[in-house]
Amino acid sequence: MTAAESTAAASPVLARGTVLGYPRPDGRVGIRDVVAVVYLVECARLVADAVAAGRDDVHVIGFGGCYPSAYAQRMLEMLCTHPNVGAVALVSLGCEGFDREQLADVVAASGRPVTTLVIQQAGGTRATVAAGRAWVDDVRARSAAARTVPVGLADLVVGTICGGSDGTSGITANPVVGRVFDRLVEAGGTAVFEETGELIGCEHHMAERAVTPELGAEIVARVEKAAAYYTAMGHGSFAPGNAEGGLTTLEEKSLGAYTKSGAGPIHGLVTPGQLVPSPGLYLLDVVPEGTPRWGFPNINDNAEIAELIACGSHVVLFTTGRGSVVGSAISPVVKICANPETYRRMSEDMDVDAGRILEGRGGIDDVAGEVLDLLHEVAGGRPTASEALGHQEFVLTYKSSEPTGPSCLPTVR
Amino acid sequence: MSARATGPGVALPEQQEPLEPLDVTLILLVDGDDVLVAARDLYAGAHRTSAGGTVVVREPVRLGHKVAARDLAKGERVVRAGMSIGSTTAPVRAGGWVHTHNLASDYIATFAHRGGER
Repeated sequence: MTAAESTAAASPVLARGTVLGYPRPDGRVGIRDVVAVVYLVECARLVADAVAAGRDDVHVIGFGGCYPSAYAQRMLEMLCTHPNVGAVALVSLGCEGFDREQLADVVAASGRPVTTLVIQQAGGTRATVAAGRAWVDDVRARSAAARTVPVGLADLVVGTICGGSDGTSGITANPVVGRVFDRLVEAGGTAVFEETGELIGCEHHMAERAVTPELGAEIVARVEKAAAYYTAMGHGSFAPGNAEGGLTTLEEKSLGAYTKSGAGPIHGLVTPGQLVPSPGLYLLDVVPEGTPRWGFPNINDNAEIAELIACGSHVVLFTTGRGSVVGSAISPVVKICANPETYRRMSEDMDVDAGRILEGRGGIDDVAGEVLDLLHEVAGGRPTASEALGHQEFVLTYKSSEPTGPSCLPTVR
Repeated sequence: MSARATGPGVALPEQQEPLEPLDVTLILLVDGDDVLVAARDLYAGAHRTSAGGTVVVREPVRLGHKVAARDLAKGERVVRAGMSIGSTTAPVRAGGWVHTHNLASDYIATFAHRGGER
């Protein structure tokens, strides 16, 4: 039995419709209780991996670079104080540029147990691994959190991403997520969609959905920024598999991706590492401001999933046509398969068969209802397919990110 | 140029299960769209659309790919789900496969995927 399964078994379902989560000092509720082991430079990664080895509820995240990065600092602060995280072990080599003291201070201020293991001070690899494993054992024995507070849709922040899209994504799984988002926000919950570079061609339609004209203008400007950024990269967000799957142009891919956002008003726009102010529907702008400096805004799906989680997402709805298998550290990933053939081929990796819509075995509302039920169960501890398979991917690279201001967050007073 | 992504010769099995006469295999997403989306791998021949009509598909088309709902001239804007997805770079007859060999982004041409897109 995996840790995730034991969590599910221990999760008391009080009555139909009521599941429990982990209360956190900041008032948010966690749906997982993860110990995060955080390497602060690639040189400390093996030690972090060894500290976490063999424990499904101990996840490795971190940053590989030796030079300081305000973005990485912010991302790791948000991730280490995420409601799904209960305790944090930082693993430092000792000479890297990351500000480990500040990160430890932020975690301690959040009321979570935190330790900092410095390999150069602890006596090398073996001694640091032993100290780290002992600390994790101890923190689990002393302060394991319990599911004691009810979690409903209104308590959840749900992110969405599409990966491995094909011609079916925009007509099955993505509209399903859009319907889920409409109902989630109606229920007082919070939804986050991305990304500006994959919404090129949809900006004016999005602007009409913005709750204020100022927010609409920001959305248009940020999509234009994304277009300029990707043009400088010489390559749009379009992979060979997209074309093989029937998508011909970037705007066609955008149109499909856009349907994940549903039909409701757009309440605001945030950037990576900026906590979404609940409730409502928010656009995550993952593209940095200014001259492109660090390369592609996100090098793969997991870099983007990490950003959705850093914005507060308790769970991420991942739609795929070609068949992605990834999960994530920190928050569960729900895999919604758009293509019925892919589902048959890779069903163990998928949580929801949205491609059945194409075969007349259900409509968008039916599948959206299934996803909402599943969200509820996952919030109560039911492992997703990627969790059960042990997927805990995490990617964080150099980037710049500036928090948005009042024009992007008109509902915040 | 990738033949796999751009050529008409998609590899399909020799035989296709016979369809029920009323099976809808082409989806019209929004009334007035210029393209229909294949709901399964299709052989050339007559296929029912979700709008209630029939379109003669001119070549094998894979699940998720598009065929023209009407004759399209070169340089026409192509609408899918009510939104433009680019312009034709060659004429396409009704029922013809619409993909990178005859449709290009006119939003930002440099977004083309090298090898896959052209």
